Amino acid sequence: MSLGLLGRKQGMTQIFDETGVIIPVTIIQAGPCPIVQIKKHETDGYTALQVAFEPRRANITKKPLVGHYKKAGVDTHRVLREMRLDDDEALKAHENGEPLTVDIFQVGQYVDVTGTSKGHGFTGVIVRHGFHGMRATHGTHEFFRHGGSIGMHSWPSRVFKGTKMPGQHGNARVTTQNLKVVKIDAEKNLILIKGAVPGTRNGLLEIHPALKKPALKA
Amino acid sequence: MDAIAHIESGYLKETLPAFVVGDTVDVHVRITEGEKERVQIFTGTVIAIRGEGTRRMFTVRRIVQSEGVERTFPIHSPRVADVQVRRPGAVRRAKLYYLRKRRGKATRVKERIVDMGRGKGKGKGRGKGKGKSNS
Repeated sequence: MSLGLLGRKQGMTQIFDETGVIIPVTIIQAGPCPIVQIKKHETDGYTALQVAFEPRRANITKKPLVGHYKKAGVDTHRVLREMRLDDDEALKAHENGEPLTVDIFQVGQYVDVTGTSKGHGFTGVIVRHGFHGMRATHGTHEFFRHGGSIGMHSWPSRVFKGTKMPGQHGNARVTTQNLKVVKIDAEKNLILIKGAVPGTRNGLLEIHPALKKPALKA
Repeated sequence: MDAIAHIESGYLKETLPAFVVGDTVDVHVRITEGEKERVQIFTGTVIAIRGEGTRRMFTVRRIVQSEGVERTFPIHSPRVADVQVRRPGAVRRAKLYYLRKRRGKATRVKERIVDMGRGKGKGKGRGKGKGKSNS
């Protein structure tokens, strides 16, 4: 993992590029994320930055957490998350305790966005897995939106693991990879990403540099 | 929604061409052919305006070689250079989708008489006072 940022999805809109082409964008209010704790290999067994997001009054924060924030000299916040880093070397740049902001990203860079997808409850196979269902006529009897057979016969006498069946759809942790950063508004802590990201408006998101795309050269 | 409005405000045109549903308009569209850029004009009746902010679109319908052609433009797109009203139309509804079912003379939209000097807004809908003098 690499350094990322926490944010809240604001919603989607469209903007124009210089030639008038419409770009669909998601607006994310991201950061600032003050650093609360630095975890080093020797003391904690791994390397990570613990960052906070969204200020919250101290009197509604649990007291042990208040003490934790106080130790770091950071105001109390609503969210605490860890960002794993490769090694202690990567921590060097952050030892001064500067909060992380949208400045860690560049326009044109690719990012992965992680969030909790919209919950759809218990759904059938048509919604959940895109099955086509059965035909409406020619003798079909009370079997329209079923998935059909889920396996064979006395061999194997069981249903294979991973067989697509009805169940909970959505409300799961989802990452959308390789989304392009279109614009950054450092003043308002906004980041514009091309395309859709998981979850509802005001949903909590994690933004990381894309795992499968090379970093931009400055 | 605040953040969306903030972002969109940077992409909106300051002055929008003044036209309403029912008007017959010339839409000046910037087109790039290779390296050259030129302006193409699409003429027709505005049958719908919808959306807000950068997503505001309008639909223009015309008949080309007895085939209906509709084009939808984003009002704020830099490619839409200008929209000029050729003939103001007087209509009573916001969407003129009923024109799609009509052919020939039935597709005409009544002309709006622009009411000057009275200060009564745009004078929209005043052109319909047809049968009044008969009573």
